[in-house]
Amino acid sequence: MSRNFGKFLKRRIAVTGAVVITVICVAAIGAPFLAPYNPSEQFFDGLTLEGAPLPPNERFWFGTDLLGRDLFSRILYGARTSLIIGIVANGIAVLLGTVLGVTAGYAQGWVGAFIMRFTDLMMAFPALLLAIALAAIFKPSLWIVAMVIAMVNWVQVARVIYGQTLSLAAQDYIEAVRSLGAHWSRILFVHIVPHILPTVLVWATLGIATTVLLEATLSFLGIGVQPPTPSWGNIIFENQSYFTTAPWLVFLPGAAIVLLALSFNLVGDALRDILDPTQKGRTAG
Amino acid sequence: MKGLGVYVLKRIGQALLIMIGITLITFILLYLLPADPARQIAGRSATAETVENIRRQLGLHLPFYEQYLRYLSSLVQGDLGRSYIQKTEVTELILSRLPATLLLMAGAISCELLIGLPAGILAAVKRGKFADNAIMILSFVGVSAPQFVVGILLLYVFAVQFGWFPIGGYGTAAHLVLPALTLGLLGGGWYSRMMRSSMLDVLRQDYIRTARAKGAGQMRILTVHALRNAILPIIAMIGLDVGIFMSGVVVVESVFGWPGIGQLAWQAIQRVDIPIIMGVTLVAACFIVVGNFLADVIAPFVDPRIELK
Repeated sequence: MSRNFGKFLKRRIAVTGAVVITVICVAAIGAPFLAPYNPSEQFFDGLTLEGAPLPPNERFWFGTDLLGRDLFSRILYGARTSLIIGIVANGIAVLLGTVLGVTAGYAQGWVGAFIMRFTDLMMAFPALLLAIALAAIFKPSLWIVAMVIAMVNWVQVARVIYGQTLSLAAQDYIEAVRSLGAHWSRILFVHIVPHILPTVLVWATLGIATTVLLEATLSFLGIGVQPPTPSWGNIIFENQSYFTTAPWLVFLPGAAIVLLALSFNLVGDALRDILDPTQKGRTAG
Repeated sequence: MKGLGVYVLKRIGQALLIMIGITLITFILLYLLPADPARQIAGRSATAETVENIRRQLGLHLPFYEQYLRYLSSLVQGDLGRSYIQKTEVTELILSRLPATLLLMAGAISCELLIGLPAGILAAVKRGKFADNAIMILSFVGVSAPQFVVGILLLYVFAVQFGWFPIGGYGTAAHLVLPALTLGLLGGGWYSRMMRSSMLDVLRQDYIRTARAKGAGQMRILTVHALRNAILPIIAMIGLDVGIFMSGVVVVESVFGWPGIGQLAWQAIQRVDIPIIMGVTLVAACFIVVGNFLADVIAPFVDPRIELK
């Protein structure tokens, strides 16, 4: 493990990603102490005399939004929303995907076939449209959005884990352990599950990027996290009609989304290269 | 060739099964999950009697499987139900919007290929060098950037600041450029990664080494020997790309005011008009199934090494 950690440290881009993630996490946790203002306070001097939002200045570092609220504070609190959804939604998706993938790969037979055909079916659905349909049916809130995202994101994980479990289950050492009379639960939890944990870790990282993007998109369409709870997506949703005169209201939260998703993608990609032996063979060859 | 016929038939069977599964899911989302579709159609001020009438009309009093069979038989006849709010046939609404979406799809996929393929080839040739690293990082930015942010950015720079293109709308070739480019930049990142790894696989082959040993120049090796083989698997992937496109269409069409089925879905979201959302979802899922089917069927034709399973 420490050897792998050393390999990770050698990848400057991935380390940069990890640093950015850490900074955003600190910002999210410390938002009540770090934010200069209350994110929902409307300032009388936060709008021009004509009622337009203020550009970035000394008092409001990122400017103000269309209601005269401090954008910097809203973005700090928005980081909480993104990370909570990223961790909860992706956590559920990875757990569900892993359990279904392992079950299908180990049980095989009709159970496996049923799970995998269902996975194929879900793959044929456009993820965003399915999430939109679900979010439109249920009244959107932070937790519903997290559930909706989990419902569409487990599919990829299940497929990858299924493939891996299938190839592990066919290995000779599993046959050997079985002939020694090991119970199925021992084979599963001692001899198979530990080997798929690196893959689970990779997907837990990459999946957060997808989740953050999906939450931002749903919120941008108005069916994600609902105002007044700030989320990077709904800040853009609320202010998009001002983008010609107040572009900072779209591009600062937009940059935050790209930065967070990109960092998780870079770290996840590095982890995949380091932890996944099949991928390693491909790049070395 | 006999193997191929069986393979195609099997794929058609699989595609049909998936379609049936998809209709089952859209049916559940349309009729079973919402609290009471009849009340939503009737509106807030309707009497209990009206609601009951609508419930009978929709067949909501019937058992589950009968409702589903009714839904299926109307789907086969091309009937996707009626919009709750506009009171028009969903099929008509979608058909009137489909040409715009198909045009955008053609534009977007052309942009993706024009950006992604050259970038991927360049990255493979300059493997490990600055150009390769830069292209790979940019392709990561591509998959990490939400489409609405890229779309609004392009609008801000090229329509508002430079005034080169109209701010959204539909009608001329100039209207198509920015929405197609938004999808093209992001999808191009995906193609460039595929193209790079396909090209690297080919460049590693023995016959390339032979060509090099016989004194062929770098340019000749790339264009005559490598490119033809490397590009074939990518062509089959255009089918898969349809699915990725269908997911992005709602966002991009709503940002640019492009009057396709994505914008139709977006307008339906604002009014919680579930039949339209489900109709668009169903049509998009059909595109994906057909796209995947074509990718599976075309792949063995363009690359005879692929084993038929």
